Amino acid sequence: MSNLKLPIYFDYSATTPVDERVAEAMIKCMTFDGNFGNPASRSHAFGWNSEEAVEEARGHVAALINADPREIVWTSGATESNNLAIKGVAHFYKKNGKHIITSKTEHKAVLDTCRQLEREGYDVTYLDPEPNGLIDLKKLADAMRDDTILVSIMHVNNEIGVIQDIAAIGEMCRERKIIFHVDAAQSAGKVDIDLEKMKVDLMSFSAHKIYGPKGIGALYVRRKPRIRLEAQMHGGGHERGMRSGTLATHQIVGMGEAFRIAKQEMHAENDRIMKLRNRLWNGFKDMEEVYLNGDFEHRVAGNLNVSFNFVEGESLIMALKDIAVSSGSACTSSSLEPSYVLRALGRSDELAHSSLRFTIGRYTKEEEIDYTINLVKQAVSKLRDLSPLWDMFKEGVDLNSVEWAAH
Amino acid sequence: MAYSEKVMDHYENPRNVGTLDKDAANVGTGMVGAPACGDVMRLQIQVSDDGIIENAVFKTYGCGSAIASSSLVTEWMKGKTLEEAKKIKNLDIAEELALPPVKVHCSVLAEDAISAAVEDYLKKRAG
Amino acid sequence: MSVYLDNNSTTALDPQVLDAMLPYFKDIHGNPSSVHRYGRLTRNALEQARDQVARLAGARNEQVIFTSGGTEANNLAILGALSHKAPAHLAVSSIEHASIIEPAKSLFKKGWKLDLVNVDSGCYILADNLKSVISEDTRLVSVMMANNETGVVQDIQSLKQGIQSDQILFHSDASQVAGKLPLNFNEINIDMMTLSSHKIYGPQGAGALIANRSIELEPVLYGGGQERGIRNGTENIAAIVGFGAAAELAIKQLEETQKHLRSLRDQLERELAAMQNITLFAAESDRLPNTLQFAVNDFDGEALLMLLDKKGIAVSSGSACQSSAGAPSHVLLAMGVKPELAKHAIRVSFGRNNIAKDVQILIEALKDITLIQHKSMCVG
Repeated sequence: MSNLKLPIYFDYSATTPVDERVAEAMIKCMTFDGNFGNPASRSHAFGWNSEEAVEEARGHVAALINADPREIVWTSGATESNNLAIKGVAHFYKKNGKHIITSKTEHKAVLDTCRQLEREGYDVTYLDPEPNGLIDLKKLADAMRDDTILVSIMHVNNEIGVIQDIAAIGEMCRERKIIFHVDAAQSAGKVDIDLEKMKVDLMSFSAHKIYGPKGIGALYVRRKPRIRLEAQMHGGGHERGMRSGTLATHQIVGMGEAFRIAKQEMHAENDRIMKLRNRLWNGFKDMEEVYLNGDFEHRVAGNLNVSFNFVEGESLIMALKDIAVSSGSACTSSSLEPSYVLRALGRSDELAHSSLRFTIGRYTKEEEIDYTINLVKQAVSKLRDLSPLWDMFKEGVDLNSVEWAAH
Repeated sequence: MAYSEKVMDHYENPRNVGTLDKDAANVGTGMVGAPACGDVMRLQIQVSDDGIIENAVFKTYGCGSAIASSSLVTEWMKGKTLEEAKKIKNLDIAEELALPPVKVHCSVLAEDAISAAVEDYLKKRAG
Repeated sequence: MSVYLDNNSTTALDPQVLDAMLPYFKDIHGNPSSVHRYGRLTRNALEQARDQVARLAGARNEQVIFTSGGTEANNLAILGALSHKAPAHLAVSSIEHASIIEPAKSLFKKGWKLDLVNVDSGCYILADNLKSVISEDTRLVSVMMANNETGVVQDIQSLKQGIQSDQILFHSDASQVAGKLPLNFNEINIDMMTLSSHKIYGPQGAGALIANRSIELEPVLYGGGQERGIRNGTENIAAIVGFGAAAELAIKQLEETQKHLRSLRDQLERELAAMQNITLFAAESDRLPNTLQFAVNDFDGEALLMLLDKKGIAVSSGSACQSSAGAPSHVLLAMGVKPELAKHAIRVSFGRNNIAKDVQILIEALKDITLIQHKSMCVG
């Protein structure tokens, strides 16, 4: 235990550390000896070198997902990519219709953008996922209408890690000539993506979820058939007019390097991470009243989302201060609401309040898993000793039959 | 969220965790909150014949501030009369534990738990 | 050997800034929205950077909204402040950066009335010109604090005072001013101001909109509720920390930097004035201490840029964002400079790293190039 660095990081879905190799590539671009120029400066070599570096990085991103580099648009991150894709399509194609389909378990960047479009007069269908977190394709088909212009479904869910059948949804959308956007912030570098085969029109990426820097992302915009977007950020006409603003060369280079490494190492890395994840789950699954949230089979290797019934999540995190985990998504964890994703799966409020998300990544070690299993077991047992709900459960009281004095 | 030292202390070493016989005549039980809201507090008092709170115990399902609030009030209530106990207000609790605004509801819940336990005891006595 | 004289386009990262950033790539890598210790450390860093940038701006920390850069801050100022209002009128100066003009045009397409307020021959916005387009309908005015091409500094305080209305939001893009002249957001009493990190030896990828808390800003990006819900998306911590460190340095070194830049610029200006066939632009106006725009008469600007680049000297024809377009500078045209001459404009912008010898190298190169041209013209 003495050689463990505490707290142990189990929050790779919130953000990842930058890989050493990525940091090196970035630093080369930031110093005066490196490529620090403004890539839009066409008049001098400082600008050209940066432009070359940017284009090389674009190639790396495209290669991971089997796309043409010309289909990659840089953005400030997945939030901007999602905003640009959804608002960009909705505004450009509004003459074709004003109906959009998404799901209740999407990231806030998608949901809040859709809500804004509703305020602008668009009609949005929010699909309920099945209890395992997956979208029922028949329900999706039923929701499709003549005036549907866009379907936006995430590839891998940030909280429960389930993998949606993007290839099948792509076929359904193409058949009906509906544009298909996929938020792939959590899947790139973890799940195979082949955009030659998958009929996806727009795909959002983030660098800081796969060991690249924060503040940079990309949007894949299909060329054949060509997808048009109304720009959301206006200015110097960078990125073929789809996204203006000075490109941060070092960040782009960092993202490129992260994607290059991912392409090379993801399969071996996935095997290793999956073993660790299963080891963690095996450590928990025989405890009383422990529930796995989300489908186990269709699930990204690094994610384990567990509810420890009758223990409240925030107090559990407090007891686990030697490990960094999240209860629900990072972006909502400062509020007191239970996870909207777990609620959408039909989990009871208690179970939603009792959930922890462990996400495992490149630097997780086996000793850390074993240490964590022990720590969690102790904490859960301590908090259950403190919990009146646990007492009642042990006495055989059905909590649903209790009339709670709501306050 | 940063917790105050006092919250941490009560959370790590909760005072007076336990259960009293809820059917006993000299015991009052207050249970407030709801699992859906993420907090349930159960506060129990044992009262002497001359109306002094001899013992107070709690169990709480909730965040660290909720646990600390209930732990603190059990300490405060012991040795007090029922009247005195009812004067413990949420603001006193929030101030003592330096609760941030988003956690003030925990102290409100603790105050509610005191009232509920006292009411329960008085009801039993009257019945 | 290379001489970089394009600091208004972007500046090289200061090594001290890089040092401040490095821990945030690897060791301190949390998401500021996370509750755990990793998250807390980055959140603290975020708030420290906010204090530093606030000090540079002469603002309070709660007035700082971090963005991905100056372009996004300008978009947020225009679209964020207006897109949720019923179409009315806005006025921006005709010499603004594209990241002001383009969002303004996008509002125009949605039914807003738009006035582009012209400059005089000295590149100044005149208070009377601005006042003449203002009406009851006006909701926003945006005038940049200093122009990126000519370097001319506007008298924002007087322009603001000329518009006596609480109805009208006043925004100013101060990207080029920060680090070169003092800033005092709350004293000049405007509503919004834009800053950019990579213009002050900070990293690319960070900027800020300084805004009064009372302004209702609709986000340009929707999402996780960061930056009070006005600018959503995981914060670019390393870049923001770098921006903060750069702001701190800019405050500390302001006086020294200003003096240094001015001496280089004035030296170049004297040398150029002594040469023949040179036109200096806006030389009589109040300018940023580091900027000088000129043309070698009858010498194609594009060719001159390329020839200078061959000699390892990096200058620019205008703002980098338009330098691929090949059109004459819209700023010079607005000042009444003839298109033929405007096409030849060269902008030199000095930075902290430049030394007196750089001026000499540029002058020698210019003499060389123009001489060859004259010779070849004689022979041909």
